[in-house]
Amino acid sequence: MEPSLSKPMERQPVRKRKSSKESKGVKIALISIAILYLSLLLFVPLIAIFIKAFEKGVDVYLAAITESDALSAIKLTLLVAVIVVPLNTIFGIAAAWLVTKFHFKGKQLLLSIIELPFAVSPVIAGLVFVLLFSPRGVLGLWMVEYGIKIIFSVPGIIIATIFVTLPFVARELIPVMQEQGTSEEEAAVSLGANGWQMFIRVTLPNIKWGLMYGMILCNARAIGEFGAVSVVSGHIRGLTNTLPLHVEILYNEYQFSASFAVASLMSIMAIITLVIKSIIEWKTEKQEV
Amino acid sequence: MVFIQTSELGWKEFIEIVTSERVLHSYKISFGTAFAAAAINAVFGLLVAWVLVRYQFPGKRLLDALIDLPFALPTAVAGITLTTLYAENGWIGQLLEPLNIKVAFTPLGISIALTFIGLPFVVRMVQPVLQNIEKELEEAAESLGASRLQIFQKVIFPSILPALLSGFSLAFARGLGEYGSVVFIAGNMPMKTEIAPLMIMTKLEQFDYAGATAIAVVMLLFSFLFLIIINIIQTWSRKHELQKE
Repeated sequence: MEPSLSKPMERQPVRKRKSSKESKGVKIALISIAILYLSLLLFVPLIAIFIKAFEKGVDVYLAAITESDALSAIKLTLLVAVIVVPLNTIFGIAAAWLVTKFHFKGKQLLLSIIELPFAVSPVIAGLVFVLLFSPRGVLGLWMVEYGIKIIFSVPGIIIATIFVTLPFVARELIPVMQEQGTSEEEAAVSLGANGWQMFIRVTLPNIKWGLMYGMILCNARAIGEFGAVSVVSGHIRGLTNTLPLHVEILYNEYQFSASFAVASLMSIMAIITLVIKSIIEWKTEKQEV
Repeated sequence: MVFIQTSELGWKEFIEIVTSERVLHSYKISFGTAFAAAAINAVFGLLVAWVLVRYQFPGKRLLDALIDLPFALPTAVAGITLTTLYAENGWIGQLLEPLNIKVAFTPLGISIALTFIGLPFVVRMVQPVLQNIEKELEEAAESLGASRLQIFQKVIFPSILPALLSGFSLAFARGLGEYGSVVFIAGNMPMKTEIAPLMIMTKLEQFDYAGATAIAVVMLLFSFLFLIIINIIQTWSRKHELQKE
């Protein structure tokens, strides 16, 4: 009896695995559609940026990215990223910590507020800051009195960018920290670690990949933000022009090659972001296995 | 904040602004194009997620990494690139011209820009769910004599539906608010290709803060409505999962 029973059992899974897949034709068709769709929508534009950037030769390209307005746009964009990313990282860690390691009233509300910038149009986000800080705005008179200028100057750009990129780090960390729970931290504390030691030695190593992931997404958005920044910046060349705004100005002046040259710089940033992201994903995959 | 500013407007003025013909058209275009783009992304996003999870083929890793390009690439860069590609003399526009299809400076162009922007949402929402579907369920259905299509309809589709819907809503919400990639390809012709965020921009440039705010309020109300819908879907799917366990 035994051998006759075990034989079909052995055979069955093999047969099943074969038939539980689509026919080869369907499979190839689906893969082709996916590749075609993604190449048309993602790959072709990415290549086009670089071809357009070098269309008029390397000289035009270099001139476009070393011209003084471009350089000050690069400087301003980097400055914004250097300020915004660390701030939102600290906020993201704090918010994720609060949400995942403690129970309190209004937690759901806090979660919704963290997500708010994703639901609001960047243009509206910019508008809110104009309403608050412009000379005719709510805090405007007070600020004119003290000589603080936010709208149409660098602080406005930074504030708007902070708002728009606020959710990225927290959003990546919350699920990771939720999964980890609090037991490891509790163990550390019971072994005599103080809060800081616990954070550096226990929490941080556990969340490092999620943290990096959130930071690079935050960075990418901080560099590329257009809508919100465009509202608050005032487009003053050499002063309040970030890279994306510089691209817009060049494009609207029909300096297409120069515009794409500057755009290509940001595309390189985007590609680096994708590469880092993929590396992080592989690392975490390996960790899980 | 936004709501306080509008309350300075009278009710009558508010209604007048948000129901003026040009503004109504901009809402219609914003909603229409964002919905179309999110729908395209729902269909193709599901297909892409399926292919990436279920099949092995060369270049898969590259494709998978490329999905997030719209998150990483500044929207203004996407905007000028798509406009250049789809303009009448652009690489793709050239091919479409003999077919009498105009993309740049039409609502179709706006939809394409929004499709680009929203592409990662559906894929990234559906992918993990698809990965976690238990093979046993499919095998059970199979052994009970279900065809491949039936299995997809009755077993796989219901379990990815919540993720698909929240991916769709996220893409839709993003599309409604998107500005950077759209302004270039839209051409911004009043009543034809003006989107709602652009109307806010235009009013702001004329220092008509009250008008800009009024339009923003209407958009915000719709955004909140979608946030609530997304939340309901997520709670529902969580319950759904709990029931299964």
